[in-house]
Amino acid sequence: MTTGLLTASYITASVLFILALGGLSNQEKAKRAVWYGIVGMGIAVIATIFGSKVFITEWLTWLIGAIVIGSIIGAIVANKVQMTGMPQLVAALHSFVGLAAVFIGINSALLPHSEMSSSQLMIHNIEVFIGVFIGAITFTGSIVAFGKLSELITGKALILPGRHALNIIMLCGCFVLGYMFLSHSGNWTLILMTVIAFIIGAHLVLAIGGADMPVVVSMLNSYSGWAAAATGFMLGNDLLIVTGALVGSSGAILSYIMCKAMNRNFLSVILGGWGDSTGPTMDIEGEMKAIDIESVANALNEADKIIIVPGYGMAVAQAQSAVSELTSRLRAKKKEVRFGIHPVAGRLPGHMNVLLAEAKVPYDIVLEMDEINSDFPETDVVMILGANDIVNPAAQEDPNSPIAGMPVLEVWKAKQVFISKRGQGRGYSGIENPLFFKDNSRMVYGDAKKSIDLILQNIS
Amino acid sequence: MIVGSPKEIFKGEARVAMTPESAKQIQKLGYTCIIETDAGLSSNFSDKDYRDVGVKIVKNSVQLWNDADIILKVRGPEKSEVSKIQTNQHIISFIWPGQNKSLLDSLSKKKVTVQAMDMIPRISRAQKMDALSSMANIAGYRAIIEAGNQFGRFFTGQITAAGKVPPAKILVIGAGVAGLAAIGTAQSMGAIVRAFDVRPEVAEQIESMGAEFLMLDFASDGSGEGGYAKPASKEFIEKEMELFRKQAPEIDIVVTTALIPGMPAPKLWPKEMVDLMKPGSVIVDLAAEQGGNCELTVPNKMIETKNKVKIIGYTDLPSRMATQSSTLYSTNIRHMIDDLTPEKNGVPFTNMDDDVIRGATVVHKGEITYPPPKPKVAAIAKHVEKAIQKTPEEIEKEKIKAEKASGRTQIILLIIGAILTWFIGLYAPSEFMQHFIVFILSCFVGYQVIWNVSHSLHTPLMAVTNAISSIIIIGALLQMKTDNDIVSILALVSVFIATINIVGGFMVTKRMLAMFQRS
Repeated sequence: MTTGLLTASYITASVLFILALGGLSNQEKAKRAVWYGIVGMGIAVIATIFGSKVFITEWLTWLIGAIVIGSIIGAIVANKVQMTGMPQLVAALHSFVGLAAVFIGINSALLPHSEMSSSQLMIHNIEVFIGVFIGAITFTGSIVAFGKLSELITGKALILPGRHALNIIMLCGCFVLGYMFLSHSGNWTLILMTVIAFIIGAHLVLAIGGADMPVVVSMLNSYSGWAAAATGFMLGNDLLIVTGALVGSSGAILSYIMCKAMNRNFLSVILGGWGDSTGPTMDIEGEMKAIDIESVANALNEADKIIIVPGYGMAVAQAQSAVSELTSRLRAKKKEVRFGIHPVAGRLPGHMNVLLAEAKVPYDIVLEMDEINSDFPETDVVMILGANDIVNPAAQEDPNSPIAGMPVLEVWKAKQVFISKRGQGRGYSGIENPLFFKDNSRMVYGDAKKSIDLILQNIS
Repeated sequence: MIVGSPKEIFKGEARVAMTPESAKQIQKLGYTCIIETDAGLSSNFSDKDYRDVGVKIVKNSVQLWNDADIILKVRGPEKSEVSKIQTNQHIISFIWPGQNKSLLDSLSKKKVTVQAMDMIPRISRAQKMDALSSMANIAGYRAIIEAGNQFGRFFTGQITAAGKVPPAKILVIGAGVAGLAAIGTAQSMGAIVRAFDVRPEVAEQIESMGAEFLMLDFASDGSGEGGYAKPASKEFIEKEMELFRKQAPEIDIVVTTALIPGMPAPKLWPKEMVDLMKPGSVIVDLAAEQGGNCELTVPNKMIETKNKVKIIGYTDLPSRMATQSSTLYSTNIRHMIDDLTPEKNGVPFTNMDDDVIRGATVVHKGEITYPPPKPKVAAIAKHVEKAIQKTPEEIEKEKIKAEKASGRTQIILLIIGAILTWFIGLYAPSEFMQHFIVFILSCFVGYQVIWNVSHSLHTPLMAVTNAISSIIIIGALLQMKTDNDIVSILALVSVFIATINIVGGFMVTKRMLAMFQRS
C-alpha cells in the first residue's frame, strides 16, 4: 500500500469519526452514527497494518492473540455491564487510553532517532514528555474515579493538608525533570516524571467529592483525547491528532456543561472540595413529614400531571424498570407523566437518560431541566427518586448555601412533592435540603425500588 | 377515639359525611368508626357496605351522639341535634358561622370544638379539604343538567335532514369553581359558552375551559382577599348592566354563581334582564340560598315568568347527586381529620398555629374563635409589575453593547492566539506546523460538532469518544516493527488494552443507543 493510499484511508477515517460524533445530535441518527465510527476505526487499523507492513514482525502471533483476546474481553464487558455501572465502565476504559499513551510515549523515547535534526529532536522530546504526562494523569485519575464510582474507595473528598502546595511541588518537579530530559540527561527522568504524574492524577481525583464525578469523568474523557493528540504529534500521525482533538474538545465541552449545571467554576471542581461559603447558612424551619405508600398511590391515582425526577438513588436501587412500569400504568390511565432530568443527575453526563432508556421509558417524555422547569406550578404530583442537591431550593433561596446559584429543578412549585429517600441523611454534597421541610413535601423512606413496587400494587 | 356520622335530618338532604371508603382511611389514622343505620342509604351506601370495612352500625341517633367523640356531619347541627351534643365533643360539618350566630352560641355553651368545613382557607395546601369547591363543582355541573332538562332545544348546533338547529348560547356569571364547572359541562355538551367575572385574573381560566370571556372596559380589580370577589363600585355595576343588557336577548341559558363572602348575593340579573330574554330561556341561580343573583329567584323552587322564562332556584343541587357529593365531601373531611391527627394515633389535635386548622375552627373548647384572622396569601398571585420597564430602544442598545463587548473579547483572543502561533512558528520546524494546523482545525470542528449533541445522549457520546480515542492503537501498531523487545512488549500491551477499549466502547454505545425508543 502506498503512502498516498494510507493517507487517503486516514482522511476517510477522520471524516467518519466527525460524522460519528455529529450524528449524536438526535436519537435516530445516532444509531447510524456508531457504524460510521466502527467503519472508520476498521479502515484506520487495517490501513495501518497493511500500509506500514506491521505484520512483518516476529511478534505476529502475539499481536493477533492480543487483538483477538482484547476483542473478546471488550465484547464480554460491553454485554455484561449493567446500565447503572456505566460510569465505572467509562472511567475504566479511559484509564486504558491513558496507559496506552504512556507506553507509546516511553517506546518513542526508547527508539533511536538518528535521522532527526537537533531542533526536530527537541520538539519530538517535548511531545513525548507532554504525551506521557497527560497519559499518566489520565491513567491513575481514571483508576481512582473508577474506584470511587464503584464504591471501592470512599466517595468523600480526600483533603490533605497543603494539597495545593503538594500539587505545585510535584508539578515543578515535572518541569525540572522535563528540562533535564530535553538536555539528554537520560530516560530515567521520563520514568520518574511518569511516576510523579501517576501520583498527581490519583491525588487530583481523590480530592474531588462524589457529587462532582460527572465533571471528573468528562474531564478524564477530555484528557484521554489530548493524550491521543499528543501521541499523534510525537508520531507525526495526523489521524491521531484529529481524533485526539475531537475527543479532547468533546470532553472539555461536556465538562463545561456539567460545571455550568452546577454553577461551579471548572478550576474549583478540579482543585476539589466545596467553595467556601461566606456566612452562616439559613436555618430550616419545620419537620420532615413521612407518608405511607398507600397515600402516595392515591395521590398518583388522583393526579393528572405527574413529573418524576430521578437521581443517583434510582440508579443505586436499580429502580428504573419499576419506574418504567409505573410510568406505563399511569400513562394507560391517560395521565401526563414526564421525567425531569438535571444535567448532573447521576454520576455521568446523561446517566439518567441511559437508565430510563434501558427500562424502555420513551425518550420523548424525558425532558431536560430547562424544558420542564416552567411546568412545575401546573403539576399535581412530583416524585423524586433518590435525588437531593439537584432539587434543593437553597440554591435559589439561600445566598450562603454552598450550592447557591446552581440551577435546580423547581419541584417545590408543584402541588405535591413525594421524596423517596433511603433515610433522613443528607445528600452527596452533605448539605441540608429545605425542600424536605416544605409543607407540600412528604417523605417516602426506604429503598426506591421497594417503594415503587409497593406503589405499583396499589395502582391497577 | 370514636368517629361517628349520624343520618342527616335536614329535609331533602341526601348526603352523608362518611362513606365506606373514607371510613377505611379514617380507621388507618387510629380511629374507630361508627355510623347511624341507613345514614348512607340515600347516597347508595348500604349498612352492609359500611360493615364490610369494619364500621359499627348504631341503631339510632341518640346512641350515636352518645358514643362518638368526633361527629362528622354535612349540614350544621339542627336544634334537635344540639341537645344531643356531649360536652367536649368534636364536630366537623358545614356551619356557616357568619349567618348562624345563634348556632355558634349554642355550640359554645356545649364546650365543644367545631371545625367548619365552609371556613377552610382557600390556599393551595388546603385544597384537599376544600369542601366548598367540591360542592361547587357538583353544583356547577348539575346547574347545566337542570337547565338542559328545562330547556326545549339541543345544546349543540346540528344540521339534520329535518332542518338546522342553532346551538344554545349559555352565559355563566361568576367564574369560581361552580362557574368553571358549569362552563366545562356546557362546553362539552356543545353549547356556545360565554362567561363573565369581575376578577380579570380568571380570564385565562375561563378561556382554558373553552368559553369566551366577556371583557368589561373598566379599570378596576374585583378580586378580594382569599381568592373571592369583593363588592364592585357603582360605575362598575353600570358598565356591567350595560354588557348584560346586550347579552340578554341573545342568551338561551344563564347560570349565575356570583357570591361575595359574608354578604347577600349581588343582584346581577334584575327583572329588566329577565324581560329582555326570549321565551323558553332558562335561568339557573346558584346563589339562591344567599338571596339569589336574579331578582325574581324563589329559593328551592322553579318558577316561570310571564314571558315564559324559567328561573331555577334549587339550593340542593349537590344533594341531588348524593353519591358523588358524599364521596367528595367525605374525602375532604377525611383530609381534615388527617391534618388534625399529625401523630396518626387516633387523637385529634387542634393546632391553632396551623393556618388551615385555625381558619376552620370556629369554636375551640367552648370558646368562639370566629372570625379567624384573615389569611393573607393571595389565592392567585397578582401580576407583579416589573421594577423598571426597559424601552425597546434601551434593550436594543444593551444588546448591541453586549455584542460589541463579546466581539472585542473575541478579537483580543484571536490576536493573542495569532501571536502565540507566530511565536511557535518562529522556533518549531515546518513539519510540526503542518500537524499543528490539523490539530487546531480539528479542535474547532470538534467544538462545532459537540455543541449539537443532544443532552440525553451524553453518556453514549462519552462511550463513543472513548472508543475512538483508542485510535492510539495505531501508534502502538507502528511501534511493533522493532528489534527492541521492551518496546515490542509495551506496544503489544498497548494494542491489547486499546482493543478492549475499541470493541467495548463501540459495543456498549450500540447497546445504549438501541435502548432509546420513542413512545
